[in-house]
Amino acid sequence: MYSLLVPSFCAINKLSSALFQGGNYIFEFDSFADRDICREFVAAAIAFHGETGKSTSEKPAAALQDEQLSTAEMEHRIKLLQEDNELQRLHKQFVIGGILTEAEFWATRKKLLDQNDRRKPKQRVALKNEMWSVKPLSDGQSNRVTFNLTPEIIHQIFAEKPAVRQAYLKFVPNKMSEKEFWTKYSRAEYLHSTKNVVAAAAEAAEDEELAVFLKQDDMLTNEARRKIRRVDPTLDMEADVGDDYMHLPDHGLLREESKDVLDSQYEPYRRYFSQDLNQHAAVVLQGRVVDVELGDTRSVAEALARTKQAELANEVSDGNLEKDLSHRISRVAEIEDLQGPRDLAVAPLCIKDPRDYFDSQQANALKPLGDAGSGVKTLKFNVSSVEAYGSLRELISEIRVTGLSEPITDPEVAFKVLSGLTQNISSTKYHLGKSPHESILDSLPKVTKEDLLHHWTSIQELLKHFWSSYPITTKYLYTKVTRLKDAMSQVYPKLQEIKESVQSDFRHQVSLLVQPMLQALDAAFAHYDADVQKRSAKSGERPNGFM
Amino acid sequence: MAPAASKLYADDVSLLMVLIDTNPFFWNSINTSLSFSKFISNVLAFLNSILLLNQLNQVVVIATGYNSCDYIFDSSALQNHNQKGESLLQKLEEFVDKDESLCRDDSVDGPGFSLLSGSLSMALCYIQKVFRSGPLHPRPRILCLHGSPDGPGQYVAIMNAIFSAQRSMVPIDSCIIGAQHSAFLQQASYITSGIYLKPQLLDGLFQYLTTVFATDLHSRSFLQLPKPVGVDFRAACFCHKNTIDMGYICSVCLSIFCKHHKKCSTCGSVFGQAQTQDSSTPDRKRKTSVDN
Repeated sequence: MYSLLVPSFCAINKLSSALFQGGNYIFEFDSFADRDICREFVAAAIAFHGETGKSTSEKPAAALQDEQLSTAEMEHRIKLLQEDNELQRLHKQFVIGGILTEAEFWATRKKLLDQNDRRKPKQRVALKNEMWSVKPLSDGQSNRVTFNLTPEIIHQIFAEKPAVRQAYLKFVPNKMSEKEFWTKYSRAEYLHSTKNVVAAAAEAAEDEELAVFLKQDDMLTNEARRKIRRVDPTLDMEADVGDDYMHLPDHGLLREESKDVLDSQYEPYRRYFSQDLNQHAAVVLQGRVVDVELGDTRSVAEALARTKQAELANEVSDGNLEKDLSHRISRVAEIEDLQGPRDLAVAPLCIKDPRDYFDSQQANALKPLGDAGSGVKTLKFNVSSVEAYGSLRELISEIRVTGLSEPITDPEVAFKVLSGLTQNISSTKYHLGKSPHESILDSLPKVTKEDLLHHWTSIQELLKHFWSSYPITTKYLYTKVTRLKDAMSQVYPKLQEIKESVQSDFRHQVSLLVQPMLQALDAAFAHYDADVQKRSAKSGERPNGFM
Repeated sequence: MAPAASKLYADDVSLLMVLIDTNPFFWNSINTSLSFSKFISNVLAFLNSILLLNQLNQVVVIATGYNSCDYIFDSSALQNHNQKGESLLQKLEEFVDKDESLCRDDSVDGPGFSLLSGSLSMALCYIQKVFRSGPLHPRPRILCLHGSPDGPGQYVAIMNAIFSAQRSMVPIDSCIIGAQHSAFLQQASYITSGIYLKPQLLDGLFQYLTTVFATDLHSRSFLQLPKPVGVDFRAACFCHKNTIDMGYICSVCLSIFCKHHKKCSTCGSVFGQAQTQDSSTPDRKRKTSVDN
């Protein structure tokens, strides 16, 4: 039994190798957060190792320890493998299969590994959508009403009601304790819930602090005014589901608006549901502005106050915004005749997935190098330029004299052309599919297609490592090349298998697709053999065990 | 995907840039099924039919010569409409004379190479000018009537032109009237989603042109047009301009070489020496196979 007071990731890393040699382990943690982090890591490690099976479990463990990786690195790699199926297959095939080492595999993928910081590992929890409606627990027996205030609710109150936040910062702990503050606040809320505006005014007159909670929030009105000035006046008139006012009155929330008309002295104590709703919605949509631990009320209040201050300062310093806004307005509500020239529409540049080009390589298979595929021999004779230009000129004047012939083409020839074209198009349509983007690959059964593409990417990977090891200057490279060569020679029978597993109508096309892969492998082998011969000729004797 | 402004035109208004191969050595060496005069008359009839399809259609013809390229016809230029063919031929003759005067070789072996990269660039420049002329413009496309073999020395320039066309969303159609396929134009049509066609019966060239290449870009989304089986994506090396499928690549600027070099000729980066004392030959930069 292992008791971890502080989760130590190095310890876990070392444990993971021990873990997979059997045995059960129980971990003890101090807090839930620690346990969660550890659990994630261990689950990932188990998933990673679980696939390899028992026989190879020592190898990755050894590899892990050899490299002195940090845990974050390991985690990141595991995550990358889990997300990309293709990468995982390649990794399994080569690293677990012992053809490449872990370091070599990742050496060509540095870019992937560097993307460490971009994503946050966990989802952030947003604010609750529920408005804290006053439904206090009241037991029917006594006159007590209980309000439950969790840190979450307190955070929400501070975010939505800046006056309360300011009051908290001002009053606590100088004038009253936290408990008193919240009791007063709850009393104010209770008064509001009774809809008794007159009573609210009365109590406010007596208790100064209570008055703060009962009155309308001035800070809020100022904020609202500022926001209004920055609203984009151009309006998208398109109606959508959100404009549905018909079906749910008050949007489903329980509130009753009192319709009495009161004296103006009571006006400040009136609360409007729509105002509350709008402010609540604005705060929820803005999300969590501060990332402070919710336990300490004071720090939450201060953090929110600071954020608002910073926002205000930014707005003041950003005088450009209004200018930009007016530019935008003039652009959107434009009068076309008065506009100047604008940038041209261009297709964005993008690096395409090489797998899209896979089936187009068939053409290479058919054409040997250096021959542009001419079936017809062009007469290669030496022509003087004078002669050539002269004959061209003659031909041009011939047309000028005779003019266009009538008919321009012999009708029989035209008919032959048309039927030839039609046949061509319909046969390619039959073979390759209707849309111009479909290809041979899509018409094959899915398994075959996946296999072919996978073989192609794995051959690319092998060849990448193979060619980069030349010239062979160290023993390490020599063993690496031998390993790669063995792996490559095993690909041939696999490709043959695929060819045979397909239906006979597709067999020809599949062999055309497979051809470039075989050619690439053949070229690699030819180079290997040539290099070996050169070496043995140089050394003058055959190395031991060499064929 | 049309720029929004051209929606103010009818959908099928097109600007067709026709690049005619006027390499005299090629026309001299061709096996007789299509003579230059027959070729030109087919093309003239085709241009007329394009202009008939829509009143707002525009056609611009650029001649691709052996030493130079030039505009020989612009349908939007104010001229007597009955004399279109005459003026085209006139300008063509003048162009051939000029091209001959620029010729520095006394004699040439075989068909020689025409300056496709030059005429592609001129076509793209004209199209850019049209783009900037205001919100109302027809949708441009380029048609290459090409027969000369691919000049490896133009590989880089042609690839640049192709990428520029791709970025401006201008399709490049190719009609090969020569004996052999053109790898450059195959790539051009593939990358820019144009049509590549090598007609079997050159006698019926007019029929091919009107069936396949007269289609405007809007109609192509619902018409079935011929699709080539595969594209030859092989590159040409920068040092000898040979087509290769395995070679060396500079890891800084991605220039392709067929043999080991000490220094990259494009970006000037020096390839490093080997780290170990085993071999005295300099270490090569990553060697990658180039067949896609």
